Amino acid sequence: MDEALIKDHKPAWKGGDLPYKASYGKLMMWFFLITDTLTFSAFLASYGFSRFKYQDSWPIAEDVFTHFPFLHGDHPLLFVALMTFILIMSSVTMVLAVNYGHKMEKNKVILWLSLTIVGGAIFLGSQAWEWGHFIHGDRGGIDTKTEYVVHIAEGEELSSVYTLMGVDVHDGTHHHFSVEEVISNLEDSAQYNIRLAARDSNNQPVYLPNTESITYLENNATEVLLGANLKNNEYGHPLFADYFFFITGFHGFHVFSGVVLLIILLVNVIKNTYEKRGHYEMVEKIGLYWHFVDLVWVFVFTFFYLV
Amino acid sequence: MASETKGNWWIWKVFWILLFITAFEVALGIIKPSFLVDTIFLGTKLLNHVFIILTVIKAAYIILQFMHLGHEEVTLKWTILLPAIILVPYLLFIVLSEGAYTYLML
Repeated sequence: MDEALIKDHKPAWKGGDLPYKASYGKLMMWFFLITDTLTFSAFLASYGFSRFKYQDSWPIAEDVFTHFPFLHGDHPLLFVALMTFILIMSSVTMVLAVNYGHKMEKNKVILWLSLTIVGGAIFLGSQAWEWGHFIHGDRGGIDTKTEYVVHIAEGEELSSVYTLMGVDVHDGTHHHFSVEEVISNLEDSAQYNIRLAARDSNNQPVYLPNTESITYLENNATEVLLGANLKNNEYGHPLFADYFFFITGFHGFHVFSGVVLLIILLVNVIKNTYEKRGHYEMVEKIGLYWHFVDLVWVFVFTFFYLV
Repeated sequence: MASETKGNWWIWKVFWILLFITAFEVALGIIKPSFLVDTIFLGTKLLNHVFIILTVIKAAYIILQFMHLGHEEVTLKWTILLPAIILVPYLLFIVLSEGAYTYLML
């Protein structure tokens, strides 16, 4: 590490003596990470703003993110917990690569860097899967003039538009339902009703009985929403999906950039670039970026999925 | 640098701490203990405060151990940490309290 520092004997106010005892490259990586911290803080703060503003109708994460690959039924939190585990694991392999870089053990750096790339790739794949499910949706919702999205329920249990219409959500066809079709199915099967978007003062969901549900929809319903896009989504307020796409997308873009940087780094390690240079500080610098990506995910995980 | 003399054991120690905290958070998120859900403190559930505190602990381990900031010069440490420690809570306070007011104005 000390080899990476340029040694001169100018006074500190002329840039000498290295007041931070860190190389130029590492300092600049840290400064970039500060700016990125503030960017992500601004995103999460604005997410918080909208969530506070629409607090009585903001979608509950565990109604939205309930899927796990190859498993049926609802498994809230499990998939993102797995994604978090993968990213923490790839942080560990990165730290090991940095550590062996200090010891100039090239083959071990190659091993742990490769595993870090694998971890990053698995995370990106998981995020693609998560986005796919979010965009497709599986419950459906009904948009109303009040700007709020209402959902189909069976008594006090959240159900789905697909169940009401008697079709399989994953049959591979492109579904489309009109408000009239939904209302007529509600008239035919009295066990179904709707759950309002706004929760009551105790933050509990409000369910309307079947006949009142039909009246409510006849007066207010505008469109049956299936899945999510930037304009509207079946889960609730349009901003919910906008923030989801924007924040997880921006984070995913960071992960992608990180994987590209790691691949370039790995090629350079294999080509002996850092052996010739005499130090593996580049592994440390890319490592800082990679840990930062993990750090951001820790906060996204908390504020999007837990809180 | 400390890591040159130390082995790898501290990396795995941090890993187990991060894993345990994450597992604990997920367990709390699934079980949702009624005591933590029903108690409201500073405008949100006590459970959310628990999540935020655990998240900050995880963040501290990542920054100070994995990113090695805990072992850097004290000048560098505070140059990095102070902007975030001052500006982020300030931003959150302004923006979130404004969000709560706009809710009342809806």
